[in-house]
Amino acid sequence: MQEATKAVPSGELLLKMEGIEKVFPGVHALSNCQFDLKRGEVHALVGENGAGKSTLMKVLTGIHKKDGGNICYDGKEINPTSPQDAQDLGIGMIHQELNLMPHLSVEDNIYIGREPMKGPFIDKTKLRKDATALLQSMGLSINPATIVNKLSVAKQQMVEIAKALSLDSTLLVMDEPSAALTETEIQELFKFIRDLRSRGHAIIYISHRLDELPQITDRVTVMRDGQFVGTVMTADVTKEQIISMMVGRTIYEEPKTKSQVPDDAPVVLEVKDLLAHNVKNVSFKLHQGEILGFAGLMGAGRTETMRALFGADPREGGEILLGGKPVQIKSPADAVNMGVGYLSEDRKAFGLAIGLSVRDNCVMADMDKFASGGFVNNKKIDAATMEFVDKLSIKTPGIQQLVKNLSGGNQQKVVIAKWLVKNCDILIFDEPTRGIDVGAKSEIYQLINELVKMGKSIIMISSEMPELLRMSDRLVVMSEGRVTGELEIQDATQEKIMTLATMAMS
Amino acid sequence: MVQKVNGNPAESKFDMQKLLAPAVMVIMIIFFVIMVPNLRTASGATDALLNVLNASYFIGFMALGVTFVIITGGIDLSLGTTMMCGMLIGGLSLSWGLNTWMALLIGVCVCTFIGLLNGLMIAYLKLPPFIATLGTQMMGMGFGAIVTKVTTMRFTDQGFKRVFYKMGNDMPAPFTSFPIGIVWLILAFILAWVLLNKTKFGRYTFAMGSNYEAARLSGIKTKYWLTLVYTLCGFFCGLAGIFYSAVYTTIIPSTGNGLELLAIAGVVIGGTSMAGGTGSLTGTLIGVFTMSILKQGLMLMNLQGQWQTFMTGAVVVGAVLLDQYRVRQANKVRRL
Repeated sequence: MQEATKAVPSGELLLKMEGIEKVFPGVHALSNCQFDLKRGEVHALVGENGAGKSTLMKVLTGIHKKDGGNICYDGKEINPTSPQDAQDLGIGMIHQELNLMPHLSVEDNIYIGREPMKGPFIDKTKLRKDATALLQSMGLSINPATIVNKLSVAKQQMVEIAKALSLDSTLLVMDEPSAALTETEIQELFKFIRDLRSRGHAIIYISHRLDELPQITDRVTVMRDGQFVGTVMTADVTKEQIISMMVGRTIYEEPKTKSQVPDDAPVVLEVKDLLAHNVKNVSFKLHQGEILGFAGLMGAGRTETMRALFGADPREGGEILLGGKPVQIKSPADAVNMGVGYLSEDRKAFGLAIGLSVRDNCVMADMDKFASGGFVNNKKIDAATMEFVDKLSIKTPGIQQLVKNLSGGNQQKVVIAKWLVKNCDILIFDEPTRGIDVGAKSEIYQLINELVKMGKSIIMISSEMPELLRMSDRLVVMSEGRVTGELEIQDATQEKIMTLATMAMS
Repeated sequence: MVQKVNGNPAESKFDMQKLLAPAVMVIMIIFFVIMVPNLRTASGATDALLNVLNASYFIGFMALGVTFVIITGGIDLSLGTTMMCGMLIGGLSLSWGLNTWMALLIGVCVCTFIGLLNGLMIAYLKLPPFIATLGTQMMGMGFGAIVTKVTTMRFTDQGFKRVFYKMGNDMPAPFTSFPIGIVWLILAFILAWVLLNKTKFGRYTFAMGSNYEAARLSGIKTKYWLTLVYTLCGFFCGLAGIFYSAVYTTIIPSTGNGLELLAIAGVVIGGTSMAGGTGSLTGTLIGVFTMSILKQGLMLMNLQGQWQTFMTGAVVVGAVLLDQYRVRQANKVRRL
């Protein structure tokens, strides 16, 4: 990377993490991880969703207890057991979701819990003086009396950094600090980070935006699947090399080589310039019998796009065409009546009434079909439920079984049955295999393929690239609320997807 | 070097929304003055004002206390019965030969203890405030009746009434009907205001309501402070009990039920958000007076109790709608 930072850190070692292990029930989240950091260094930590970056940082900041390995900080072995503990050692973390009290002033937020006192009262004069001096030393023009929720996100982030610095933090962990910022704000943040670096602070910088790494970081450490992949000098590598380090895992599922959709398949759904919260001018087309994959990193706006399309969140602009005709979808009920079904990422919260039976869940979306004159026809309901339990081979002792007693895979099938009962032709799957074991996964894949054979059209959001490559006929990649590219399946590779998914706003 | 800070933006930017509650009160007063001719005479106006003040005392104390609780994002449904339970036990102690002042002290202690109990259940045992205080509401009501064997307690000491309610007929002319209670209410208001705005306790009350987790991560002993908030609320219920006894003399088991809702209504009308993080004691007092004015005004228009209840309900709904509007506006600002 040509525009590389010149300041190659020559400072002494501040932090060394070695052989870090972390096991959660059923998941080996970190195995033999290592990381080191020098004084006056900005060190990037990158990796896909679930690569273990956050877990590693949570071990460092005392939120998680490590199951093995050692952490050496400032020449001493440490074992922080709480964020407070880590803070006392001078390790501060700026979380992605800001930990501020929005209704309180900037000065109150910075010094909360450590207010200067004058007898029984807060010494507001000293508080103001300290806060002003601190903000000034950071070169920030923020009035310390401002209520925090009146500040922009960028300024709020600065307040959080100010708070960490007021606690004498030498080491700052920043979790995607640039994610919510505009380009100008990012430049301000970078200027600020460089300033911190020149004063001897060390920074661990977690980011999905590979483009910004050369501007701000000295070294990059890549993690994958809970393991350390490598640490390199930012100046020595290209973005492509980092990407290949990030995705380098073996693909255990054969990717689809060719689209199964005939060239003349009609467009069943077209979205033009959709606008909503975190959705910026999204346009795409879905053909009959197609599986359209949506790739992107967490927070890329894929779920938000689908929720806006489905009428679950307010739409701020754009057009939706079903079968070529413009339609108004104002609520999920509208969408369902037009034959669009949405299978939520979080089945338990949005997709299923888990305390009810398989039968009740199956017919929930289309009670009208089974009712006449206000009374429900239980025979018809039973027959319809049986039909789909058979068709989808839902493993349940009976249709009266409560859904919460089924396995994840079978719960997912019940949701599908619900939309099939309703005769939905377009099904949107949001992370359909999350939290499902490998065996059930392939069953879900088979089922989706069956649905396509029945003439249904599918949109599938997934964060697992091998899964997308195996299932999709075509791929839409999103980043930061925008569509950054479309890929035909025969052209798609993990590297290409990752390049598009990490593309920053122009 | 301290940089000169150009005014406090929270103050310099005039917040129109803060004016809503006082504006509603003023409009209501104007409305009643127009509708009720008697209010335009000096004696009529004085009588009405006295009635409004006298009707505001015990609700006022409760509302001041529960404002703290609501700012933390919680709720206390036990206010009314806590007050009753405390005063019933206080009244019972009279029969043990204690004097009125000791009895009142005992009553306040009982109320404070119930507040402490609420706080412990909510902060340490993590019960939702609604459930915990619903529990103490019913337990308090039952307990008060059990210990008094469902008999009415009387506070007949005239000296005590003179200190807290009316100064009495033997006083010189302007003081005969001087509503001495308002002086106490204002003193309590000042105490509460200083607590909320000048001390750590107040800062943490706001902090916990704004973002409990962030407050905890900032090293605040949230459980301790939250318990204290509910304890303070119980203490204020005790104060309310003193004034209830002074005004009504008799405490009948089970009468306190429902008063908590009036107190909460006052807080809400005053603009304190049920979502927590914001709120003001001035607003609470205005809210309490608004309800008293409404009640008194409707009475003077010859509309009976059922109308007063109905209209109070309508004002509460209106106030909550305003609250939601306010929150939405605030969120809009944050998103920008």
